[in-house]
Formats: sequence, C-alpha cells, structure tokens
Amino acid sequence: MPAISMQAIPVEHGLLLAAVLFTLGLLGVLTRRNMVFVLMSLEIMLNAVALAFITGGARWANADGQIMFIMIISLAAAEVAVGLGLVLRLFHQFKTLDLDILSKMKG
Amino acid sequence: MLEYLWLVPTIPLIGFLILILTQGKLSEWPAGIVGAGSIGLSFLIAVLAGLEFAASGATSYTQELWTWMSVGGFNIGFTLYLDGVSLVMMYVITGVGFLIHVYATGYMHDDPSFARFFSYMNLFVAAMLILVLGDNLLLLFMGWEGVGLCSYLLIGFWYTDSYNGYCARKAFVITRVGDASMALGLFLLYANLGTLNIQEAMGLAQQNWVSGGGVATAVTLLLLGGAVGKSAQLPLQTWLPDAMAGPTPISALIHAATMVTAGVYLIARTHVLYELAPSVQYLVGVIGAITLLMAGFTALTQSDIKKVLAFSTMSQIGYMFLALGVGAYSSAIFHLMTHAFFKALLFLTAGSIILAMHHEQNIFKMGGLRKDLPWSHWLFLIGTVALVALPFTAGFYSKEEILASALAHHDGGFLLWLFGVAGAFMTGLYSFRLYFLVFWGDKTHDGHEVKGLHLQGPLVLLAVLSLIGGYFTIPVADVFPPLEEHHPSLFYMAIMMGLPMLGVLCAYLVFVKKAINVKALAGSGLGAWVHNFWRTQWGMDWLYDQLFAKPYTALANWNRRDFIDSFYNGTARLALILHGLISDTQTGQLRWYAITLASGLLLLVTIGVLL
Repeated sequence: MPAISMQAIPVEHGLLLAAVLFTLGLLGVLTRRNMVFVLMSLEIMLNAVALAFITGGARWANADGQIMFIMIISLAAAEVAVGLGLVLRLFHQFKTLDLDILSKMKG
Repeated sequence: MLEYLWLVPTIPLIGFLILILTQGKLSEWPAGIVGAGSIGLSFLIAVLAGLEFAASGATSYTQELWTWMSVGGFNIGFTLYLDGVSLVMMYVITGVGFLIHVYATGYMHDDPSFARFFSYMNLFVAAMLILVLGDNLLLLFMGWEGVGLCSYLLIGFWYTDSYNGYCARKAFVITRVGDASMALGLFLLYANLGTLNIQEAMGLAQQNWVSGGGVATAVTLLLLGGAVGKSAQLPLQTWLPDAMAGPTPISALIHAATMVTAGVYLIARTHVLYELAPSVQYLVGVIGAITLLMAGFTALTQSDIKKVLAFSTMSQIGYMFLALGVGAYSSAIFHLMTHAFFKALLFLTAGSIILAMHHEQNIFKMGGLRKDLPWSHWLFLIGTVALVALPFTAGFYSKEEILASALAHHDGGFLLWLFGVAGAFMTGLYSFRLYFLVFWGDKTHDGHEVKGLHLQGPLVLLAVLSLIGGYFTIPVADVFPPLEEHHPSLFYMAIMMGLPMLGVLCAYLVFVKKAINVKALAGSGLGAWVHNFWRTQWGMDWLYDQLFAKPYTALANWNRRDFIDSFYNGTARLALILHGLISDTQTGQLRWYAITLASGLLLLVTIGVLL
C-alpha cells in the first residue's frame, strides 16, 4: 500500500464522518418507532465505530484497527441474526413492531 | 414439732397447687376441704410448734432449709426464723385465716369459681407466712410481693365487672410505688451493711451507724415508703377503699387482718434501724396520727358498709403506726392482733348482712335489721364495741396501751396523743353511726339470715376472741426493748375512756334520736362542701388524679404517634419514596432507556473531557 494515498485523507475527516454517522444512527435509534428501523440505525452506529477504528489504524499504521473492524462486523452480523429473529417472534406475538406499544416490561 | 415449722407455709402452698393444678375444676366439697383444711392443718402445726418453742425457753429458733442464691459474697438462705413477733403473726395468720376460710366456704357457696377463690386464698396465706417467717429481708420481700399479687388477684376476683378490674389495678399500682421504695431501701441497706439477714443487719447497724445519720435516715425512710404503701397510710392510702370490690372474706383476711398490717410488722421487725433515725421514727407516728384522724372523718361520710369498715381499718392501722412512732412496738403488735380479731369479725358479719340483704351494701337502704338478723346484730355489736374500745373489750386494752405510751413519750408525744384521743372519739361516732343506721331506725327492707355452722361458727369464735383477746399476753419481751409501765393520771384515763363513749352517745343522739338533722346539715352550702371533702378522702384521689394520672395521660396522648417509632417509620417511608422514584424510570419504553443511556454516556464523557 502506498503511504501517499492514505495521507491524502486527513484523520480528522475520517473521524468527523464517523461521528456524523454515529449521531445519525443514535438519532435513528431514539426517534424511530419501528423496530426494524431501530435495528438498522444500530447497524449504522456500529459501522461508525468501525470506521473510527479503521481511521485510527491507518493514522498509526497499525493492524489492530482492522482486526477490531472485522470483529465489529462479525458482531453486527450476529446481532442482526438474533435481532431479526426476535423481531419476527414479536411480530407473531403482538402483530406490531411499534416500540411504544411494546412496553409491557416496566418496573 | 418445732422441726416441722417449714410445713406451716408449705401446707397452704400445697393446697394452692392442688387447687390450681386441677384448673379450678374441683367441686365445692373437695375444694372447700383442701382450701380450708390446709389452713387448719397449718394452724395445728403452728400451735404445736409454738408450744414447743415456748417450752424450750429459747428467744428464737432458726430453721435453715436450703440456700436460695449464692453469688460471690451474696448469700441468701431460704431460712425460717421464729421469735415472739413472728409467732404472734403466725398465729394470727393461720388462726384468723382458718376461721375466715371456713366462713368463706359458706359465703362463696354457689360461686362458679369456688376452687379458684380458695387457690388464691391458700397462696396468700403461704406468701404471708413466708413474709413473717423469713429470716432475711429478701425472703420477707418475696412474701411481701406474693401477698401483693394475691391481693390483686382477689380484689379483681369477679373480673367480669370491669370496675373490679380497675380497683385491682389501682391497688396493685399504688402499692407497687411503695414496694419500689422498699426495694431501694433494701439495696441501700445491703450496700452499707453487706447483709440482708435481719438479725445480723440489726446488729451491724447498731455498731456502725451513727444515730440520726444520713444512711439510717435514708434506709428507714425508704422502708417506711414500702410500709405506708402496704398498710394504706398517708400518702399511699387511696387504694384501700377501692380494694373493697373483692369478695367480703378477702376484705376480712387481706385488707383488715393480715396483709395491710405487714407494714406494721416490717417497721417492728426493723425497729433497731428506726431507733437510729429518731426523726423518721417520729414521722411514722405523725403519719399514723394524721391517717387515723383523716380516715375517721372519711368513715363518717361513707354509705357503703364495707367502705366504712375499710376506713376504720386505715384508722386502726394509724394507731399501730402511732405506737411504732413512740417506740411502743409491743403495743403495736398487740393492737395488730386484737384488731385482726374484731375487724375480721366485723367484716365477716358485714358479709352475712350483705348476704342477707341480697348483695346490698348501701347502709341507707338497710335499717331496723335488729329483729330480722339477731345473730348478725349481736356479733356486729360485739365487733363494734371492741373497735370503739369500750372498757374490757380486746380493743380497749391495746388502744389504751398505745395512747398511754404516746402520752408518756418525751418529745412530741402529747401531740400524737391528742390526735389519738380525737380519733378515739371519731371511732365511737362513725362505728355506732354504722351500727345504728344498719340495725336501728325504721325497717325498709326485709333481711333473711343465712344460717349454717360454717357461717356462724367462725363468727362466734371471733366474737369471743374480740371480747377476751385483751387478756392475752404476747411473747415479745425478748424481741423489743421493754416497755415501761405507764400509769397515766386519773384525768387522762378519764379522757381516754370517756371520749369513745362520748362518741357513741353523739352517734346515738344524732342517728337514733335525730337531735340534729344530718341530711339538712350535709345538704347546705358549707356543710355539703365539708361532707364532700371528707367523703372523697380529703380530695386525695382528686389530687393524685391531677398530679399524676392527668399529666401522664396527657403526655401519652401527646406522644400518641410514638416519638421513637416515627424515626423508624420515617426511614421506611424514605426507602419507599426512593424506591418509587427509581421504579418510575422503568417505563418499559425502549427509546427512553436508550436516551438515558446516551445522555449518561454524554455526561460522563463531558465530565471526563472537562476534567
């Protein structure tokens, strides 16, 4: 890998993009009422974090960032598998995916 | 038989155990035989033991049964001690007690709790015997508390009437005030002398204490507190009239003949200490003098036959205290004995009258009962003349001795004597007022004498004792310092003999001849006030109500929501509120959780960055 091309993108830009993505994802989690969209927003947040690792790894020329990226991706895959399974069960049970209606578990 | 002395208190105790362990289910015959028989047996052993004791010529006999407690240097033996005084007391308790028990088998006939009654009576006799036979003050105190308990149980015997329960509680609480004082006295005595054995303590006190010293004064004052509580003397006398709520044999046995004289016995027992504290000893006399006169006035205004007798008991015990105050201990014990005879007779006869009148106790609803109740009439008259101390009756000799001793007492004796003779006049007046109101005048209700050997037999014996009891000599010469022979001049003798008769004459003029219209006198302004003042025990009940009962209930009301509880309740309430707050955050809204998570994280990061 030529070092020049990596230097072309400053680390601040990468981190800024990650922060924007993370915020968007968080806002999605907080505002969306449909559970599928919440899961999607969670994916965006995970990817934002993964991007921040990649940027960091590139800045210090360290492989650890990429290892973390792979781990986050596999984590996200697993999470989606479980999450979608739950979504399906919930829809069967309650015929809705509205989070505000699915609020039986409270103190 | 002297070695069987321990059986004297034990047999009544066994009687109590038999009656109480059968759960009061014994029928009247066996219960009566166990109840009265145990006291009779106890009396028989007491007589035999007493005869042997007298024959042995010893001054005292000690029977060590076992060690009660032994902690370090603190050794209390369960030891009986017999000397002249305890012998007289033992005879009075078992002898008069036996007669009263026999009478009670008739009086309590058909009562559903017949066996329970006799179980308490037997326990009382056992406790009272331990009181007088104990050789140390702790054993005496155990008997002292035992008789207090029995008094409580028997005053409230008919417990279904809540008023009787109230009277029992009142008697118990007020005597408890005195008992607390007595316990403190015992502690102080032990702390100073290191022993509670009566004879040892008396000897040590004589050696170590200075006359009129602080310790002697404090100990005797505290013991006096116990004595006035038990013997219903000023200022702890208010319970005795209420104690009349119990069955009449109880009033005769406990509240006339034996228990209430325990205070007299205590002071006579510890007279060595009182001689070391002359001011307290004089106080004993003053208390007696004031009580005897106060109770006399109150007796004059009562309408309940038993309450008149209760106040007269209070008054007669006042005489005993007066005797103790002037150092005439043997006279006090002598009067205690004769008083036990004639007061038991009066109470039991009153019981017969109450039975004959179908449980009517108001003397204004009686009258003219001479013809209907000839037995009761003559027996009551004998009791009354002995109480008034007309010449040649038992009461005459004992009261005469007390007054003569008071007169001869060097400092302050004359004042006490004045109170005493004034009280003698009052005794004549109120006793014969009672007698005339009940047996003379117009007949208003019919009475039917309840007859039976077990009812009249004891009464006749007591009447004989009331007449000849004055000729007994009590063997107390070895116990008390010798009493000088007093021969008051003829003038004083005339006063002492004449005043009671004058009282009787006044009673005759007022209540039979109606020389004065008492009703009008007691109904008008000042008369009514005085009448009411006397009737309510000179306002003592009211005073105690204001001083103790009212402030206490006010305090209790004010602290209705317990001050200490509110602290603990507050802690619990705080935990509940905090729990509610946290519980409210658990809304079940996933997005709410997410935002709290995010904002918490934001907060932490911000803090981390800023710091």
